[in-house]
Amino acid sequence: MQVAPSETVALNSYSPELRQQLFQYVLQLADTSLILGHRLSEWCGHGPILEQDLAMANIALDLLGETRSLYQYAAELEGQDRTEDDLAFLRLAVEYKNPLLVEQPNGDFGDTVARQFLFDNFHYHFLLQLKASPDERLAAIAEKAVKEAAYHLKWSSEWMIRLGDGTEESRQRLDKALGNLWRYSGELTTPTAAEKALQATGIIPDYAGLLPKMEAHLNHVFQEATLPVPQGVFMMTGGKEGRHTEHLGYILAELQYMQRTYPGMRW
Amino acid sequence: MTQSEWPLWEVFIRSKQGLDHKHVGSLHAADATMAIQNARDVYTRRLEGISIWVVESKHVHASNPDDAEAFYDPANDKVYRHPTFYQVPDSIKHM
Amino acid sequence: METVEINLEEQFQARIDADVRIEPKDWMPDAYRKTLIRQISQHAHSELVGMLPEGNWITRAPSLKRKSILLSKVQDEAGHGLYLYSAAETLGASRDQMLADLHSGKAKYSSIFNYPTLSWADMGTVGWLVDGAAILNQVPLCRTSYGPYARAMVRVCKEESFHQRQGFEIMQTLCEGAPEQKAMAQEALNRWWWPTLMMFGPKDADSPNTEQSMKWRIKRFTNDELRQKFVDMMVPQAEFLGLTVPDPALQWNETKQGYDFGDVNWEEFWNVVKGNGMCNKDRLGARIKAHEEGAWVREAALAHAKKRAERAETQAA
Repeated sequence: MQVAPSETVALNSYSPELRQQLFQYVLQLADTSLILGHRLSEWCGHGPILEQDLAMANIALDLLGETRSLYQYAAELEGQDRTEDDLAFLRLAVEYKNPLLVEQPNGDFGDTVARQFLFDNFHYHFLLQLKASPDERLAAIAEKAVKEAAYHLKWSSEWMIRLGDGTEESRQRLDKALGNLWRYSGELTTPTAAEKALQATGIIPDYAGLLPKMEAHLNHVFQEATLPVPQGVFMMTGGKEGRHTEHLGYILAELQYMQRTYPGMRW
Repeated sequence: MTQSEWPLWEVFIRSKQGLDHKHVGSLHAADATMAIQNARDVYTRRLEGISIWVVESKHVHASNPDDAEAFYDPANDKVYRHPTFYQVPDSIKHM
Repeated sequence: METVEINLEEQFQARIDADVRIEPKDWMPDAYRKTLIRQISQHAHSELVGMLPEGNWITRAPSLKRKSILLSKVQDEAGHGLYLYSAAETLGASRDQMLADLHSGKAKYSSIFNYPTLSWADMGTVGWLVDGAAILNQVPLCRTSYGPYARAMVRVCKEESFHQRQGFEIMQTLCEGAPEQKAMAQEALNRWWWPTLMMFGPKDADSPNTEQSMKWRIKRFTNDELRQKFVDMMVPQAEFLGLTVPDPALQWNETKQGYDFGDVNWEEFWNVVKGNGMCNKDRLGARIKAHEEGAWVREAALAHAKKRAERAETQAA
């Protein structure tokens, strides 16, 4: 089914097949914000300065808010009486569809900034397009989240520049962070078969269309940061299809601890 | 050690359109851009503001409390500056 | 010269007695300044260290809603620490120096945070009991004599009000839930009740600074007064929840219209103050680690700001 960009569609007009596809995709978006929000929340109380502790918690809270809207929508799409918490806490590691980048450990502040920047640069430009989705729920979620993402991108871009063009040590650390994380950046804009199918319906944006703006912003930031843009790095993929790095298992062990230990209770 | 401390900034926030910016507190930031963002993250978490000013604290010059009498007391006896000082006949409206 | 000093002191006390706020540039006795810096920075340190026991559970919160609430609450504590450091900075203390004093062990923070958080119910108990106790301490400080401190406390108290409620809500949900949940709540209350009573500090008889602080209005009730208030406030709430306060001596006293309660274990109190609590080393260690590992970040930001300023200057020239 091809949906013209100008018309909006409601949930019940989807075919069961499309509905299932969309369900999986919304889960993927929700998992992504959840896992990154989770990672950022690990910083709480341990940041390099109080002011930045607050800043990172704000970003984490935005992402958790986005997460909840997405899981709630996913639950509706599935229509099986699962709640946002069932979806967030009670699935197996292979069922989580977040890209590999967001599950990478916080490392030092440079690792966190690099991870955040690579993600924000995608997230912001993606949401900007998703806002125009004919799926009115996704469009509404994107409308709210894009304002938050704009701020996140500002924050991470400025820190990229500060660390890149700061001291010799900060530059080395950021360089090292990028050396590790860059290989996970390609997955964000590499569509899986499932994403391609949805892109063909026009419900979600074609990632190729995001690339010019993403690249322009990235080049600008790297230039200001006096950093070379890494070239010819092999890009790792798999997270969006459930093949993860070893880090996800440990995240889930903490994340799911309560729900797994005390099944079926209200909190 | 004090050398590595980020400068202190005073934060002023306009809580809604039409009101003055009001001093709300201070924070540390390496530069003005960061100071504004830190102010946003620290002082507007509950919709407290729609506009932010930051001023590096060292640029704020304050009057000396010892001058208080010389500064403010002379205004005490200038009652004629206030509208209530003047008697307007009851029949005069709109004044 | 000496007579002038005395005059200033008298005038200062007269302003305080008249409930006039003291502002940063006003004359104040050295001892007042020092005591305030100590008190405010200690309070700020408590907020900072206080992030750790709860931060501990953010990644394990049992629902997305609870995770968001807990994260925003712990984040508020960072904010409160920041407001308070700012207030102390108006007295001429630098945040770096205050942190150095925390890290060296010279400055203290509230001992309650040297107790471990062992179950999810601790998030309820810390919010309900510990924040409840903190609020009793803090509300009177909104009228404290030093302006910037009072204003910081107004902000803190405004934000703090949701903290206690969310804690109570966690407890209520547990107490209305499965037997395991109720047991979890009771077990947490058993562990936290006495340490919370210790939060108000030593008995009045053993609190030599209280008198001067009350005179300066940087303390507005004595330790024992606040402790009594707290017990009177909390016992009915525990009853509402169906929880048992772990104090066999607890009894309503009709004559004083308040509860009689057992004696705090002061030996434990002093032990934790001296550094021998379950978590003293871990808490301080975590703060020192965060500060030291953040040093290169803070330096980089300064270095970058300097480069920028120099470039702007060159361009202007």
